Amino acid sequence: MENQREQMNVVIVGHVDHGKSTLIGRLLADTGSLPEGKLQQVKDQCKRNAKPFEYAFLLDALKDEQAQGITIDTARSFFKSKKRDYIIIDAPGHIEFLKNMITGAARAQAAMLVIDAKEGIRENSKRHGYMMSFLGIKNITVCVNKMDLVGYKQEVFEKIKTDYSAFLKEINLKPMSFIPISAREGDCITGPSKNMPWYDGGSILEAFDVFQKAVPDYERAFRFPIQDIYKFTAAGDDRRIFSGRVESGTIDVGDEVIFLPSRKQSRITSVEGFNLPKQTQAFAGQSTGFTLETQIYVKPGEIMAKVKEKTPHVSPKFKANIFWMGKQPLVKGKNYKLKITTQQVPVILADIISVLDASELSSITNKDQVDRHDVAECIFETLKPVAFDEVNQISETGRFVIVDNYEICGGGIILAPVFDEVSTLSKHIKERDYGWERSDITPGKRAQKYQHKSALIVITGEANSGKIAMAKALEEELFKLKKNVYFLGISNDLLKSQDGSNDKTLNRMKHIQQLGETAHILTDAGLILITSISDIDEYELQALKILNRPSKTIVINVGENHFQEGQVDLLLDKGGDSAQVTQKIVNYLIQSVVLDPEFSI
Amino acid sequence: MSKKTMTKLDQIEAQSVYIMREAYREFKNLAMLWSIGKDSTVLLWLARKAFFGHVPFPLVHVDTSFKVPAMIKYRDQVALEWNLNMVYGQNTEAIKNKRTFPDGAIDRISCCKSLKSEALKHTLAGDWPRYRMNHETKKYELDDNKEPYTGVIVGVRADEEGSRSKERYFSPRDRNNDWDVGDQPPELWNQFKTDFAPGTHLRIHPLLDWTELNIWEYIQRENIPIIDLYFDQGEGTRYRSLGCYPCTTPVQSTAKNVEDIVQELKTGKFANIAERSGRAQDKEDGGGLETLRLDGYM
Repeated sequence: MENQREQMNVVIVGHVDHGKSTLIGRLLADTGSLPEGKLQQVKDQCKRNAKPFEYAFLLDALKDEQAQGITIDTARSFFKSKKRDYIIIDAPGHIEFLKNMITGAARAQAAMLVIDAKEGIRENSKRHGYMMSFLGIKNITVCVNKMDLVGYKQEVFEKIKTDYSAFLKEINLKPMSFIPISAREGDCITGPSKNMPWYDGGSILEAFDVFQKAVPDYERAFRFPIQDIYKFTAAGDDRRIFSGRVESGTIDVGDEVIFLPSRKQSRITSVEGFNLPKQTQAFAGQSTGFTLETQIYVKPGEIMAKVKEKTPHVSPKFKANIFWMGKQPLVKGKNYKLKITTQQVPVILADIISVLDASELSSITNKDQVDRHDVAECIFETLKPVAFDEVNQISETGRFVIVDNYEICGGGIILAPVFDEVSTLSKHIKERDYGWERSDITPGKRAQKYQHKSALIVITGEANSGKIAMAKALEEELFKLKKNVYFLGISNDLLKSQDGSNDKTLNRMKHIQQLGETAHILTDAGLILITSISDIDEYELQALKILNRPSKTIVINVGENHFQEGQVDLLLDKGGDSAQVTQKIVNYLIQSVVLDPEFSI
Repeated sequence: MSKKTMTKLDQIEAQSVYIMREAYREFKNLAMLWSIGKDSTVLLWLARKAFFGHVPFPLVHVDTSFKVPAMIKYRDQVALEWNLNMVYGQNTEAIKNKRTFPDGAIDRISCCKSLKSEALKHTLAGDWPRYRMNHETKKYELDDNKEPYTGVIVGVRADEEGSRSKERYFSPRDRNNDWDVGDQPPELWNQFKTDFAPGTHLRIHPLLDWTELNIWEYIQRENIPIIDLYFDQGEGTRYRSLGCYPCTTPVQSTAKNVEDIVQELKTGKFANIAERSGRAQDKEDGGGLETLRLDGYM
């Protein structure tokens, strides 16, 4: 039954009032793609309002849009040619609605860029051209519209063609064709125009059918960003399914896989599906799921790659081109959220290399912030390493967005990883130590006096495994032993209220930072500080340890241990007798240097 | 599927599944609206695709009490068979006091607003009673869970009607369910708006790219059980869009099964007739569905 026709999304872009909606309206009308009565209905409406009919009105389905007279969002319309079905996305040309234009264009495989013959190339003609290049749209046709207003003169068309071609060349775009049209009068829409005998190229309709649909390149390296890990045990299903969409390449049952950034490895046991015959392979484009040979622990967001292929980069720093849509500018040092494939991590803008004026295509190198509608080359740094590819290698895993205050405010493409010794965290520690007037009472003197060294004890493990009770029992016991001990029980919720944000990713990071800074003060004062935290990962743990330096950090894991070797000091089982568990920890503290036997416990 | 090619249905299926999984990961209080119609039944099937046979969130139905009785029967049958966490809500006050269009008390649009939009708003918010299917007794019981749903998966399609063509996959609604069409979040490279301020919620639209024909082709390919009100029972008419019986009229058609419908749509018989043309409320007030949608209607 699969005799389905090919479908293609085409976006219409260009400067405001250059005639995008008119072009679409005309196209729909002339190809008979409008619902019965729609044309008449709109014509009647115009008559009632004593307004001349325009083809653009056909698209303005929403009332408030008509009131403003401009397309405020990307609307979709459908039409068919003999070759395939098209979804036409009408993107607003007004700069205020750039984010809507991007939304529309990001869904397209091809673009028609409209330029007003009379007005010529305008700021957004260039900006939109640049955005097409940015978004990776290779199929572009330029329509020089309103030829009727310039007397259908070939010189006007040729001049725009020459100038705009030169511009596109600068941004590495080569258009498929330039077409002179009049959308209002219907010239060169579905066939040749009597008014322009000098033009012998194809019409708009023909240009649509020339667009090439990109075929997935199955030869590229396999990339499978983990969306989620499902185990529907309650419904009697014991499969542990790693689910997501194959963004690139292919994979077969039996293939060895590696997860990044964690570098954990396993092998594909099965390809899972519902209402499907048994599969042994998955390939780019499929939303699917796998079971693995070993029960490894990874979080959503990691990228699964093949061991035998080139793996993604893993780095906390990268160079990228970004465009900014946020009402607030993108500034250095502020915490944002990065979303790349299914990874979400805190990110800061580390450096601005240059800001491009999209309309003029000239670089400005001395800006210290990226303003709304700017395009910039920047260095970003994440709190923990992320896995990615360079956009020209595998574009699906080389693109990201930046979230500020709940909203997607920027989009970016990664040019290269940056390998740099100096992390923001180590820079911060350096600055902190520089500005810190240390007490003359040395840690050694304090330890002598208090009869123990200072330390941060982190009790971690899965949620609801009795960590808090354990931490308090330990505090109680050490207190009895006359140690200077303190249990710090601050939750994420407490931090949330400070700025009203409920962003899990950023709150998590704030929690870690605040905990680390607090621990640093209290351990510097000679205390044994106990805290508990659920599901901390190795990078967060590392950050905590660095912030707490020079005092020691002791990590106790309760229940299943997800850490690599050497990161946890003491492993404990879930449950168990409270007194025994406490004694076990105390014994460990005696063994380790914190409660040195020389300070006699 | 040994060849590495994806048909159009494969592609839109993969995208819908991707969207649903994003929603499931990001929203603690997630629900899916199920109107019993063809679109949301396909949506339900796609959830089973996404979650490997399971549907890990509640399905919410707004029962206006004017649905064709066969729809309610079908709903409960499927809910039991597929082990669904089935929840319904209702504007019991309005129905009890006969403040409805069929009772002659108010006009169609007001009736829709009251029995659908209002009931939906309060059922989602949790401040009106929710009734949950007990799979042991096969009866509905008052639901203890009064938490508002912060993510709501809805089966609207862009090709259905003008205002729906402007939706995002992830579309924010404020406290009053209001939709700001002019200021919608950007969506690019499969990154959606999954962060939201307290008090707001997100509508999630996995079917945005599907057409009416795609829906029926998919029902055919997957052999999805669909309510038989869509088929001609020998009287030369069938429903093309399902709603409340006082406001829904059938279309002339002799399509008796899914295959017939696919053929019928392919001939272009309905190409010039709006899919929802049998839904009387759309025609009132100059911009019926759009007016309703700004107010929280699906």
